[in-house]
Amino acid sequence: MTDANLLMNTTLLAGAILLENGAEIARVEDTMQRIATNAGYPDAQVFVLLTGITVSLPTVAASQVRAIHQRGMDLEKVDQVNTLSRRYADHEIDLPAFATALAHVNQAVPTFPLSWLLVAALIVSVTLMVAFTGHATLIDLTTCAVAGVVGFAAFFAINRIGRIRFLSEFVGAFLIGLVTLISFWISHGHLHPDAIIIGAVMPLVPGVAITNAVRDTMTGNLLSGPARAIEALLSACAIGLGIALTSIFY
Amino acid sequence: MLHWIFTTGLLQTILAYLATAAFGVLLNIPRRALNLSGWVGAAGWLTYEALYQVLPTTINIKLAIGNLVAAVVIGVFSGLAAHYKRMPMIIFNIPSLVPLVPGGQSYRVVRNLVTGHPAIANQYLAQVVIIAGVIAIGFLLAEFINRLLWQLRH
Repeated sequence: MTDANLLMNTTLLAGAILLENGAEIARVEDTMQRIATNAGYPDAQVFVLLTGITVSLPTVAASQVRAIHQRGMDLEKVDQVNTLSRRYADHEIDLPAFATALAHVNQAVPTFPLSWLLVAALIVSVTLMVAFTGHATLIDLTTCAVAGVVGFAAFFAINRIGRIRFLSEFVGAFLIGLVTLISFWISHGHLHPDAIIIGAVMPLVPGVAITNAVRDTMTGNLLSGPARAIEALLSACAIGLGIALTSIFY
Repeated sequence: MLHWIFTTGLLQTILAYLATAAFGVLLNIPRRALNLSGWVGAAGWLTYEALYQVLPTTINIKLAIGNLVAAVVIGVFSGLAAHYKRMPMIIFNIPSLVPLVPGGQSYRVVRNLVTGHPAIANQYLAQVVIIAGVIAIGFLLAEFINRLLWQLRH
């Protein structure tokens, strides 16, 4: 038996990092349950929703809640929490060391610099445009590359500056539409706007979120799954509206 | 078919490899997982494309079967990759889904609704539901196969 308070804090922090960085509900619950079991509380109760997590220890009549306000995607952090939890299970580190390491993970800076991210957005946009539509003329490729990078840069910058939800998707999509429109005028209509846009929005669209929503619902998380679906629906709306504003002109 | 594999199939595999690895960078996966997750994504997309060429049915059924088998392939390969690299599975299966996942369709639903084409929006909505559901089922099947493989090995 270890210090119950520290254990609950550590379990909650591990769960929060996983949930805030794109893990499914089942994985979060599983990891938290494992940590509690390894600390000598196999009867711990873990309850995870998309917007908040609870852990309670019936033997010492204690419980704690932690609210989750924002969700993103950062699989590096998921991997690090997983590694730490595995090392804790193997008794390589004790609970206080685990807690400090988790706090460190939560503040870690991203591994890839901005330039890498922009290049990655370019590659995702262009390759998927060609894979989906088969259009690969020079003007299509360059427009898609520029639109993809500009859209993602705006998305990234607005996410950095303020926490206004769905605005980043909307502005990113609007700029993608604008770049396509400008290129459409310059080339006198000799390009495929639909193909370009479908490629350029790929770094922004909530495809993974939609799939995760279905997966969460299927594992019995009947509150979190639909909640995720609504979040994905709103960001699809933001992107669709952003594109639709400029698509009226061609 | 053989001709298709060596022309379009090869090109599509390379494109999917690049797209998956690049999407991995956007999701900030660990650097040592980039290459492997790219190949998992390429395998999934090649499966989908090949089935899409071969199956003699309507588009929605092609989408359903193609995505189902591709999701199983991605799930099983991610399981093997996760075991090999000792990393959680989602580092491989989330980026690998990027070519399959109904992100493009979901945006098309909204766009067609807004610009006044509800019939087209409906078609895309049906595709979103089919693809998302089928990928989830595919991952369940893959988990089952992974457990079978694990039990066979021990």
